[in-house]
Amino acid sequence: MANNQMRTSLSIALAGSGGSGVMTAGEMLLDAAAKAGLYGMMVRTSGPQIRGGEAAALIRLAQKQTVSLDDGFDLLLAIDWQGVNRFADEIPLSASSVVISDADEGEPPEVFKQSGARCFALPLKKTAKSIAGSWVNMVALGLAGTLSGIPTEALEAALRSSWKKTEEGLKANLAALHAGIKAAGGIDGFAPLKAGAQGSGKPWLITGNEAAGFGAIKGGVRFVAAYPITPATELLEWMSPALTKIGGTLLQAEDELASVNMVIGASYGGVPSLTATAGPGLALMAEAIGLAVTAEVPIVVVDVMRGGPSTGIPAKTEQSDLSFAVSGLHGDAPRLVLAATSIVDCLATTHWAVQLAEALQAPAIVLSDQFMGQSRAIIDPPPDAGGEGQRLTVGANTADYKRYRNTESGVSPMSIPGTPGVPYTADGLEHNEKGTPSSQAADHRLQLDKRERKLALYDYGPRWADIEGDGDLAVITFGSTTNAVREALARLKEQGVKARLIALRLLAPTRPQHLSAALAGVARVLVVEQNHGGQLYRYLRAMYDLPRTAAYHRPGPLPLRPGELAKVIAEWANSNVTEKVPA
Amino acid sequence: MNDVAPAALTAASYKSDYKPIWCPGCGDFTVLSAITKAFAILQLQPHQVGVVSGIGCSSRIPAYTTCYGFHGVHGRALAAGTGLKVARPDLTVLVAGGDGDGFSIGGNHFMHACRRNVDLTYVVMDNHVYGMTKGQASPTTEPDWDNKLAPGGTGISSYQPLVIALAAGASFVARAFSGDPNGCAEIIAQGIRHPGFSFIQVLSPCVTFRPEQREWKTMVRPAPVEPTDDTSVAARRILTDDGFNTGVLFSRTRTPYPHYRSGTGKRTVADLEAEFQL
Amino acid sequence: MTKAQEPKAPETMEEFMAFALAMEREAVDRYTDFADTMETHNNREVAAMFRKMAGYEAKHAEQIMAEMGWTATTRLPVVKLDWPGFEAPETVSFDEVHYLMRPYHALQLALAAEERAERFFAELARITTSDSVRRAAQEMQAEEAEHAQMVKEWLAKVPAPDRNWAEDPDPPQNPD
Repeated sequence: MANNQMRTSLSIALAGSGGSGVMTAGEMLLDAAAKAGLYGMMVRTSGPQIRGGEAAALIRLAQKQTVSLDDGFDLLLAIDWQGVNRFADEIPLSASSVVISDADEGEPPEVFKQSGARCFALPLKKTAKSIAGSWVNMVALGLAGTLSGIPTEALEAALRSSWKKTEEGLKANLAALHAGIKAAGGIDGFAPLKAGAQGSGKPWLITGNEAAGFGAIKGGVRFVAAYPITPATELLEWMSPALTKIGGTLLQAEDELASVNMVIGASYGGVPSLTATAGPGLALMAEAIGLAVTAEVPIVVVDVMRGGPSTGIPAKTEQSDLSFAVSGLHGDAPRLVLAATSIVDCLATTHWAVQLAEALQAPAIVLSDQFMGQSRAIIDPPPDAGGEGQRLTVGANTADYKRYRNTESGVSPMSIPGTPGVPYTADGLEHNEKGTPSSQAADHRLQLDKRERKLALYDYGPRWADIEGDGDLAVITFGSTTNAVREALARLKEQGVKARLIALRLLAPTRPQHLSAALAGVARVLVVEQNHGGQLYRYLRAMYDLPRTAAYHRPGPLPLRPGELAKVIAEWANSNVTEKVPA
Repeated sequence: MNDVAPAALTAASYKSDYKPIWCPGCGDFTVLSAITKAFAILQLQPHQVGVVSGIGCSSRIPAYTTCYGFHGVHGRALAAGTGLKVARPDLTVLVAGGDGDGFSIGGNHFMHACRRNVDLTYVVMDNHVYGMTKGQASPTTEPDWDNKLAPGGTGISSYQPLVIALAAGASFVARAFSGDPNGCAEIIAQGIRHPGFSFIQVLSPCVTFRPEQREWKTMVRPAPVEPTDDTSVAARRILTDDGFNTGVLFSRTRTPYPHYRSGTGKRTVADLEAEFQL
Repeated sequence: MTKAQEPKAPETMEEFMAFALAMEREAVDRYTDFADTMETHNNREVAAMFRKMAGYEAKHAEQIMAEMGWTATTRLPVVKLDWPGFEAPETVSFDEVHYLMRPYHALQLALAAEERAERFFAELARITTSDSVRRAAQEMQAEEAEHAQMVKEWLAKVPAPDRNWAEDPDPPQNPD
C-alpha cells in the first residue's frame, strides 16, 4: 500500500433502498466507532417515501471530536443503486475514493464513476442470503467498519447492544457481520483511521435535538407545549418521557398558535416553559412572542431551521430564519435570539437561553437547524453550564408592588400567581408601571426603554461569541456553518493564511461595543452563512459599524464544506473584494 | 352501485402522471381513485376543478390530479378553498386533507366552513394519526393509543368530526370508506352535487403507523337508514354512531354562501367617488 | 360483508359484457396503481410483475371489446354493478400490498383474484335467466380458470419468501 498514512478523518456513505437498512447500519457504525475510542457524526438523507425509499447514511469518523462533514467521501458502499441520483450531490467523490457495490446491482452510476474513484463489486446480498436470517446491512457494517480500522470487538459490541430480537437472529447477524469483516480483505489500498483519541470521560452519542431538549431541562424547563413539525419533532419526542420522569409535562397542542400561548400561560404561572418548532411554526408564533415581550413573560422557542420560505424543503437544512427571528415581530419588540454553533452546543445554548429568558423575563428564540437537530455525533461529555434559570420575583405582601416598575437594570420583580398581596394583570396592551393599560406617551416610552434596556445592559459574559485566532482578517458566521469555517481556517493556517473566526451565539440584542472589540485590528470581514439573501450579512451591516465587509452565502440543502470555504476565504483574503463573493 | 356510463371523460382523465409517494397499502390510493371516479360520474372538465389541500400525506393529492391544484399551508385548506370558490363560483372546488390538518390546526376553519356553507366539498382522509411526521396522535386518535409524544396515549377523548360538522351547521354530512372506492365515489359525487358545504369523512387506513386499521374493512357497514334532513334525527343517530357507519347522514337544502359578485348593484367606481363630494 | 351477497345477474349479452369489461378495467387500474407504487418504493421485481398482470387484464378487456365490436367511443350500456364485498371480484384489495412484498405474494394475490372471478362468473351463470348470458358467463368462467392455472404455474416457479421478508431494519423516514 503506497501512501499508507493512516487517516485522522474518514467519511463513509452507506446507500440502499427498500429495506436494506442503511440507517441502522450507520447508527451501529457510529456506535462502534464510539466504543473504539473514535469520534464522528452521522447525517441522514432519504427520498420522499416514508418506507422503502432510497436512503443514505453519511458518516464522518475522526480521531478528534468533529461535528461537521468533510469535503467528500472516502468510501461509498451501496447495497443497491435505486434512486441514488437523488442524493448524488450530497456524496461528492474523488479519485482517491473507493466505491463498493453489490455485484448483482450493476455498474455504479456515471455520476460516481466520473469521479475516478476505484470501484469494487462484491456479492453483498448473496452473502447475506447464504446466512439464513441475516440482513445485508450487517455485511455492509462489517465491511465499512473494518475498512475504517474499527476493531471487530467494537463492531460486535455495537450489534449486540442494539439487538432487541431473538438470539437466533443475533447469531445470524453476527455471522453476516463477520462475513463483511472478512470481505474487507479484498479491498486493497484503503487507509484506515488512526486510533481514536477520546478524552477520559465516557463519550455521549447525541443528536442536536436531544441536546437542545436536555439543555432546556437543565435550565429548569418543566412545561412544554408543542406541535409536531419536521425537523423538530424528535426534540419533543425526547422531551416527553424525559419530562414525565422528572416531574414535568409535555402537552401536544392543536397547533403552533396554541403551543406558544400555552407556554406563555405556563410561564406566567411561574413554570419555566419551552416550545420547539421550525420556520412555518415560528411564523405562526410571531404574535404571541410579541405578547411575551410586552407582558415580560419568559419563554424559550427553539426553531430548528429548515429549507424555506413557506413549506420549503422540510427535511433539509438551511439558515434562513435569522431575519425573521431578529426582526419578525410587529412593533418595537426586543427579544433574545441565540444560535447554537454545533450539535454539542445545542445543549449549552438552549440551557443558556432558559437562564437568560428567566433572568430577563423575555422571550428567547434559539436557532438550531435540521443538520444539527437530526444528526447524531459522538461527543465528549459537555462541560457544566451552570444551574437552572433564576427569575427575579417579589415576596408576598410587598407594599406598593408595581409589576412593571422602572428599574436601573430594566428587570422588574415578577409576581408569581399564588403569592398573596401582589396581584397584577399581565397585558399585551401597553401599560404603566402598575400594569394598567395605558396609551400615554410617557408610559409607552418608559416601558419601551425598559424592555430594551434590560436586554442591552445585561452582562452576557464571554459566551456571546466564539472568537478564535488573530490577524487583520475576520470571518463571521453563526450556527452550524461554524465548524466548517473553523476547519477551513485551520487548513488555511497551515498554508499561511490567517483569519479570525467570530461565531456569533448571541444574535439579539446587538451589542456594538463587544463586536467592535472583537474586531479590533481587523481590516476586512467576510460573512459566511447558508441562506440565499445574506441575512446575517445584511443584519450586521445594518446594526454595526464594520470594516470593509464582503459576503459569501448560498442556500441549502447542500452543506457548506470546509474545502469550499477554504477556497473562498483564501481568494477573498488575497483580494480586495468589498461586495458579495459569488457563490 | 356503479354506473358504467359511456364516458368522454373517465377516472383516468383526472389522474396526472405523478406517481403518488404514499406507502403501498395506504388508503389514500383508493380515495384518489374515488375522487377521480366522482369527477367522471359528474363529467367535470378537469380544468374547471380546483383541488385545494393543506399539509400531510393526504394533502399531496392535488398534484396527483390533472385539475388546478393548490397545496397550501398546514390547516388552512378550507380557507384557501373558500377564497377560491367565492371568487370563482364557476369552478368546482374540492378541498382535501387529513385528520391532523383538518381537525387539529384546521379545527377552527372547519367549524366556520360548516357554518358558512360555501359550495365546497371537503374530503378528509381520516387515519387517526399524523403520518407524515411519523406517528403522533391526531384529534381522532383513540385516547389510549401509545405513541412517542404521548406515551400511554393522550388520555384526551377523541374528536367526533360528524358531530361537530352537524352541530356547526353543515348542510351535508357523510362518511365513506376508502376500501370501498366505488361507494366512496358515489358519496363524493353526491357531495359535489349538493349546493353548499359538503363534509365527507373518509376512513382511510394508515398501513405504516396504524397497521391494525386493516380491521376497519370488517367493521365498516352502510348505515341501515336513509339520509335525513332533520337535524335532531341526525343528531340522535350520530350520538349513537360507532364511527363505522357509511353513507350520507344528513343532507339539507340551505342557501349557499354568495359569491363575491353576488351584489346586485349596477353602480360604478365613479358613482362611489361621487359620494365623497359635498 | 356489507353488500348484498347475491349478485344480480345481467339479462342481456350487452349488459353482461359491459359488466365484465368494467371488472377487467378495474383490475387493470388496480394492478397499475400497485406497479407504480412498487416502483416508487424501489421494489422493482414486484413492480414488473404487477405491470405484467395489468397487461393481461388489459388484453382481456380488449378481447371483450373486440368480441362485442366496441370501440373507445362506443356508448356502453348503463349497468348497475353489484358484487359481494366492496370491490369487483377480480380486484385485489388496496391493503393487500406491502412495500417489501415478494413476487410470491403478488402471485398469490393474483391467484386469489382469478379464483374469485371464476366463482363469480359461475354464480352469474347459475342465476341468470338468459341463455346467451349463461353461455357467456360460462365462457368467462373458463377463461378465469385458465388464468388461475397460469398463475399457479408461475407461482410454482417462484421461491417462497423468507420468514422475515417483512422486516425492515430501518425505521420510517420523515420526508416532510
